[in-house]
Amino acid sequence: MDFGLSADQLMLKDTIKRFLDKQCPTTRVRAVMESDTGHDPKLWQELVDLGVAGLIVPAAQGGAGLELLDLALAAEELGHACCPGPFLGSALATIALVEGADAAQRERWLPKIAGGEILATIAIGEDDSRWDPATFTTQVRGGKLSGSKPLVPYASSADVMIVAAHDEHGPGFWLVERGAPGIEVNPLKLVDMTRRVESMSFRDTPATALGGSRTALQRTIDAGCILVAADAHGGSRRCLNMAVEYAMQREQFGQKIGAFQAVKHQLANLASEIEPALSLYWYAAHAFDHIKDQSERHAAIVKAHMTDLFDRVTRDTTELHGGIGFTWEFDLHLWFRRAVFDRGFLGEANYHRERAATLAGW
Amino acid sequence: MDLSYSAEYEQFRNQVRQFLKENWRPEDADGGPPPESQAAMMGAVIRTDERATQFRLKAIERGYLYRHVPKQYGGGEQPANALQAQIIADEFRKVKAPHEVMGQGPSMLVPTLVEHGTEEQKQFFVRDTLLGKILWCQGYSEPGSGSDLASLRTRGVLDGDHWVINGQKIWTSNADTAHWMFCLVRTEPDAPKHEGISYILVDMKTPGLDVRPLRQMTGEADFNEVFFDNVRVPASNLVGKRGLGWIVSRSTLKHERALIGGSMIHRRTFDGLMMLAQAVNLRGEPASKNKVIRNRMVEIESKLLALEYNQYRLLTTGARGEDPGLAGMVTKLYGTQLNYDIGRLAMDILADRGLMAPGEGSAPAMGMFVTAYMWSLGVLIAGGTANIQRNVIGERGLGLPRDAATKR
Ligand SMILES: Cc1cc2nc3c(=O)[nH]c(=O)nc-3n(C[C@H](O)[C@H](O)[C@H](O)COP(=O)(O)OP(=O)(O)OC[C@H]3O[C@@H](n4cnc5c(N)ncnc54)[C@H](O)[C@@H]3O)c2cc1C
Repeated sequence: MDFGLSADQLMLKDTIKRFLDKQCPTTRVRAVMESDTGHDPKLWQELVDLGVAGLIVPAAQGGAGLELLDLALAAEELGHACCPGPFLGSALATIALVEGADAAQRERWLPKIAGGEILATIAIGEDDSRWDPATFTTQVRGGKLSGSKPLVPYASSADVMIVAAHDEHGPGFWLVERGAPGIEVNPLKLVDMTRRVESMSFRDTPATALGGSRTALQRTIDAGCILVAADAHGGSRRCLNMAVEYAMQREQFGQKIGAFQAVKHQLANLASEIEPALSLYWYAAHAFDHIKDQSERHAAIVKAHMTDLFDRVTRDTTELHGGIGFTWEFDLHLWFRRAVFDRGFLGEANYHRERAATLAGW
Repeated sequence: MDLSYSAEYEQFRNQVRQFLKENWRPEDADGGPPPESQAAMMGAVIRTDERATQFRLKAIERGYLYRHVPKQYGGGEQPANALQAQIIADEFRKVKAPHEVMGQGPSMLVPTLVEHGTEEQKQFFVRDTLLGKILWCQGYSEPGSGSDLASLRTRGVLDGDHWVINGQKIWTSNADTAHWMFCLVRTEPDAPKHEGISYILVDMKTPGLDVRPLRQMTGEADFNEVFFDNVRVPASNLVGKRGLGWIVSRSTLKHERALIGGSMIHRRTFDGLMMLAQAVNLRGEPASKNKVIRNRMVEIESKLLALEYNQYRLLTTGARGEDPGLAGMVTKLYGTQLNYDIGRLAMDILADRGLMAPGEGSAPAMGMFVTAYMWSLGVLIAGGTANIQRNVIGERGLGLPRDAATKR
């Protein structure tokens, strides 16, 4: 029984953290988010070189063959750094392929994704049904896909996209390649400026079904929930650390503001919620690979819990910074905005809590 | 991460199971309070009858209970091993076998005596305290000294070979049923605040000692005021050195105990809440089908799971000999809030049925939840208030500066 990270996992996390501390300070975050594409191919390639894109790609297809927990550790560090770029969409497309593609599809796509030769993304949520696959209206008829997806990460930068849709057998995933006919992409401006999302529509666009299991769709959503939770956890920690540091420097009324109990207690409350929540995402990620009968429910729980918490942490820590906290120049709002994304993308907290209740048979 | 136990531990588990099979018949578990009763719910049931005592003696002999206490004083004397301790707790719980006696005696006095007591004190008190034969109360708080405990004023003056104690203690849990009290008394009036205090054991039958029940807000009287009027206590009842009682009182469990079971009580209350939500109708359907209630149930369960997995994490850091840091420091504050969340949701599920005082009305478990709801306030204060916990987390956990007023 060992509920902790292995030496390899600690090293992985530390490597990514040290890279991001050095190569992705908030000055670079800001430069990327203010660019046209919100995508810095060099930064992404550097992350790919660290192995981030191939962590869960099987070794046979050029990846590290690791587990979701390892990928979640990377997500935590990316959240900690507020790192911009296509990680989430790429990770989810990869999971969809690992979970649902047939051997030929895996051979064809996964090595290129792991090596950064191509960028993949995912198109799941829809306008009315939001994130519930049972009610998606995007349809596939005779290998042609039609419908619209309002929130697709880095759609214009992606070479291949995995699209959730229905055919006569129900919901599943289809693969669409860049430049296929009938695709329309419209850029959107998000509250979170570190992640680009575009709206897409398809009209009789040629698409190939992912040959494997249809459970891949739910599994991919579950994994996404866990990765977003890990991102939220990394962000929460970073904001707390910033506020603690500030409370030890800033003086008012002749003392460090951290000596005031109102400040100290606000920070203590945040710490006491953030700290145990770490174990929740570790468990959910571990369950994804090892305790599969619990993983869907834990994914729902962890998504709701940790993104709610992230929202509160960004709020309280901004308050603790006083006026400077509310300025554009000061970095805290980057995480506040990221928390907005984490809460909404893949489904809001109430939706996931209701799902968790239903999954428990309540 | 590996949530299974290694073969070595599975073998240990089998030994524990075998021991239980040989020494604890399932029918022995009967006679405890029904699971939905208040006592069971609050985890306050500790059997100390002869059957339980005989069983405990065997379990101690095998090193399953009181593992941190030396054999010669009645303990199990085992090297600290959090995973073994967890296995023991799990297996004992499964068959409802008596685990360690809880309460302030075993958890606070015993480790203190083991570390600081004289040979006579250890021989006389430890074994019987572990078996629940000597019941203790803790005389720390005074009317003027709670959070600022070191400001206490109850005096002890040495008169020949006796301490003569005068003063008053308050909020003393179980003083009316306890046989002995361990208390803090100011014996060096001229020394600095923290250096003039001594740790003294007092027989509750000593003349001059007056225990007056104090009703708590639940209506019951579990704590008391204790008045000392020239109470003469043998000088040999001093624990540790005279004037160093503050240090003596800081001696707590260093080993595995602190790591175990922290979330068990919350799991039990949450299960009770679930049963309630399914049993009680709210506007024509079981409360568990109500959207808002379901949502809050999951929110609370998320926190409970986080606490449980945090406990696993503590087990692992313990087993690896690492410092758990914040993860260990936050559990009391976190648990207190969880306790309140559970109590409040139970009250909302009861809806206007929750207006009824415990014991009134027809739903069997109703009184339990109302009482638990009120007790969630006691827990908020007892053993250091939530704000004091926040000070500790802020200062020791996050490294924030101390408040000028609490610097000494
Ligand atoms: C159910 C129950 C059982 C108990 N059992 C026992 C027992 O068996 N033996 C025993 O000795 N005592 C016992 N106590 C007493 C308990 O330890 C004290 O009540 C507690 O330590 C608080 O002290 P106080 O009541 O004097 O409150 P005070 O210290 O007067 O505190 C009042 C308020 O001021 C706040 N406060 C005080 N100082 C600070 C500070 N520095 N920073 C921020 N806030 C501060 C507190 O948080 C609290 O909100 C029990 C209490 C309860 C409720």
